[in-house]
Amino acid sequence: MRYAYFPGCSLHSTAKEYDISTRAVAEALGIELLEIPDWICCGATPAHITMHLLSLALPVKNLLLAKEMDSYEVVTCCAACFSRLKIANKIMREDPEHRAGVNEIVGQDYKGEVKVRHFLDLLVNVYGLSNLSEKIAKKMDGFKVACYYGCLLTRPPEVTKLDDVEEPHMMDDIMRAVGVKTVEWPYKVECCGASFSLTKTDIVLKLSGDILQMARDEGADAIVVACPLCQSNLDLRQPEINRKLKKKFDMPILYFTQLVGLALGIEPKKLGFDKHIINPAKLLV
Amino acid sequence: MKWFISHDTLRSPFQATIERHCKERIGHCYQCGKCSAGCPIAFQMDYLPNQIIRMIQLGMEKQVLSSRTIWLCASCLTCTVRCPREIDVAEIMDYLRRCAYKKGVIPIEETEIPLFNKIFLRNIELFGRLYEMGLIGMYNILSGEFFKDMALAPKMFLKRKIGILPPRIKNSKEIKKIFRESGRLGRTRRDKLLHPKLIFLNISRKIIGKIERFK
Repeated sequence: MRYAYFPGCSLHSTAKEYDISTRAVAEALGIELLEIPDWICCGATPAHITMHLLSLALPVKNLLLAKEMDSYEVVTCCAACFSRLKIANKIMREDPEHRAGVNEIVGQDYKGEVKVRHFLDLLVNVYGLSNLSEKIAKKMDGFKVACYYGCLLTRPPEVTKLDDVEEPHMMDDIMRAVGVKTVEWPYKVECCGASFSLTKTDIVLKLSGDILQMARDEGADAIVVACPLCQSNLDLRQPEINRKLKKKFDMPILYFTQLVGLALGIEPKKLGFDKHIINPAKLLV
Repeated sequence: MKWFISHDTLRSPFQATIERHCKERIGHCYQCGKCSAGCPIAFQMDYLPNQIIRMIQLGMEKQVLSSRTIWLCASCLTCTVRCPREIDVAEIMDYLRRCAYKKGVIPIEETEIPLFNKIFLRNIELFGRLYEMGLIGMYNILSGEFFKDMALAPKMFLKRKIGILPPRIKNSKEIKKIFRESGRLGRTRRDKLLHPKLIFLNISRKIIGKIERFK
């Protein structure tokens, strides 16, 4: 299995452990991820708020770079990149007016033919959960996790085509397949405040604080995520949430790839377990 | 005051423009309020999402474009997914922001988010990928919150989660071309990317806030 890999800006900086653990898991499962050479930012939220054509041209440029590689199905881990790439693809396929504009900007002809997958989708629908279960090398039933999906993995469903929009279960399925216990909780698709981390920090503290509270109330020992922004809002801002909202959360926020890697018997250090603000060491005992 | 809403008021030119650009049927909204019920940021907005839709129907262009709501929308798409009339509310919010950006409307009470967006895009235009240090540094200076999140920086450096030097990629000329051409085709004046009025409003608001707290 060979794929063009689009890490995105976050996975090269604040979400390094997501990148490291994804590569480690892919290697252990025999999935080859080839990083797209000279990929650029997908434009994220600021682009689609400001200029519509720009928000399409940036992802399309990346998809064109992937098309030049020998295997051109794109795999990405970041929920925002995934959403932007998928939306650009849909518009390029269905809207001739915007297609003409974007093709003029990038100077090439593109009709939305490069397939985009999230790494979750790859594990569940291509690799298969039963194949994953067979590879378990380490038992991990000492703790419970709450799987948190956030906004852009499932919304809008006609674009992402990934999972149920209000009650997603993909990550829960993976966790159970590798022997991790999950809790049922109602905040799976709530918003963490996303890109307001720098600009409207108070909003982020409230929304992320609510998510942490709900996870703790439902008996979770950690939250599992698949989005770098969710992770940084819940982990990096957790000490600030404790200070401002007078709480005592000590909730590790892990990427699903880190726990899958652990179950496959990969060392915690090779999965970036040392990079969290809230230390997940208590789960590893 | 009594309001008589006739057929003419309901089909405002403002609504027609948005319907044409977004391919959405705003007239279909029957004000159930589901969008506002699910909106995670509604508690901070000046008008609720369903009120914004109603204001569009009534042609209140100026009030809509200068509202705080359009900037506070986090694009989480909850409203879009839940709308029983299948109106893409988040896309309409996006359109309204782009419209405000094009017309140079800056809400006096909501300057941080437009400022952040502009710094973010300038950052991508220069480096191709996000240069976090540059983004945070630039934002702190221009927004007047010089020491925001400074306590987090040493931890981030130690864990190597944030780099000091900007990323380097080869095709920087192509990226500049994408930005230039997008601006030209979308008829958006890009020289306004760092708007002096926006920076001034932001800093003065911060200083007034500090003085008020001091009192």
